[in-house]
Amino acid sequence: MLGLGADLLWAHMNRLLGFLFHQGVLDEHFLQLHHLQDESSPSFVSEVLNIYFHESEKLLNNLRSLLMDRDFSDYNKMRIHLNQFMGSSSSIGAKRLTTVCLAFRAATQHSNRPGCLRALEMLEHEYCYLKNKLHELFQIEQQRALAAAARYPLQNNQ
Amino acid sequence: MDSHKLTALVVDDDRMVRIIHGKMLNSVGVKNQVVQNGKEAINVHLSGQTFDLILMDLDMPIMNGIEAIKELRSMGICSTIAGVSARSMESHIQEFMEAGLDEYLEKPLNISKLTSFIHKFYVTN
Repeated sequence: MLGLGADLLWAHMNRLLGFLFHQGVLDEHFLQLHHLQDESSPSFVSEVLNIYFHESEKLLNNLRSLLMDRDFSDYNKMRIHLNQFMGSSSSIGAKRLTTVCLAFRAATQHSNRPGCLRALEMLEHEYCYLKNKLHELFQIEQQRALAAAARYPLQNNQ
Repeated sequence: MDSHKLTALVVDDDRMVRIIHGKMLNSVGVKNQVVQNGKEAINVHLSGQTFDLILMDLDMPIMNGIEAIKELRSMGICSTIAGVSARSMESHIQEFMEAGLDEYLEKPLNISKLTSFIHKFYVTN
């Protein structure tokens, strides 16, 4: 019964992952993270993603602070933050987020402040969506691991 | 040369990228160290350490990739250096290459790009 629960959760996880790939939210670099996880680093993926969320929120706050500054004119500084955000987002397979970063970068290259503001709003929205979906994925994975680890005494004796 | 005998230095100000690139190098058997910026990369070499490969980010505080590579080459460091960045503009890549890179790898890095790079410099040469 619990084994069946683990199977159902596994199917649910794969459906969600498939959906995220199909929608272009994630790409193969996300799978690569899982391939890098091994016995020597069993929590590699969750550790990397926690760092990503922490650093990304700092970068997004920096970008917003720059744009909200009435005297803002340093598009180069903005591009540095964006390049960092793009580098880390693409490294975890956040494909759609990286695409929004590209549009944002194009706006900075034209010193287009309204364009940058619109791009920032899209970036914040996209980031929230990604974070929520990845948390959902992790929750299902944790539930599946718990369900798979639980054993009936009868099963243990077989 | 067997990749298991190679050593590498990862230079990147992004902690997550240092972890991922370090793990990738581990997975192909390359022993590696990580530092946060160009200045630390210089200091590691000044302490007497040398590496077969260096993965150098471009935009870093304190000392960026271009400054670090110029300094390393002027010190006589002959390691194979790959510039790794999310930048895609031709002019930026050109400037990075002219600083003394052997190769430019656009982020995101993956195992395939990494092994191709290692093969190019340590299997055919």
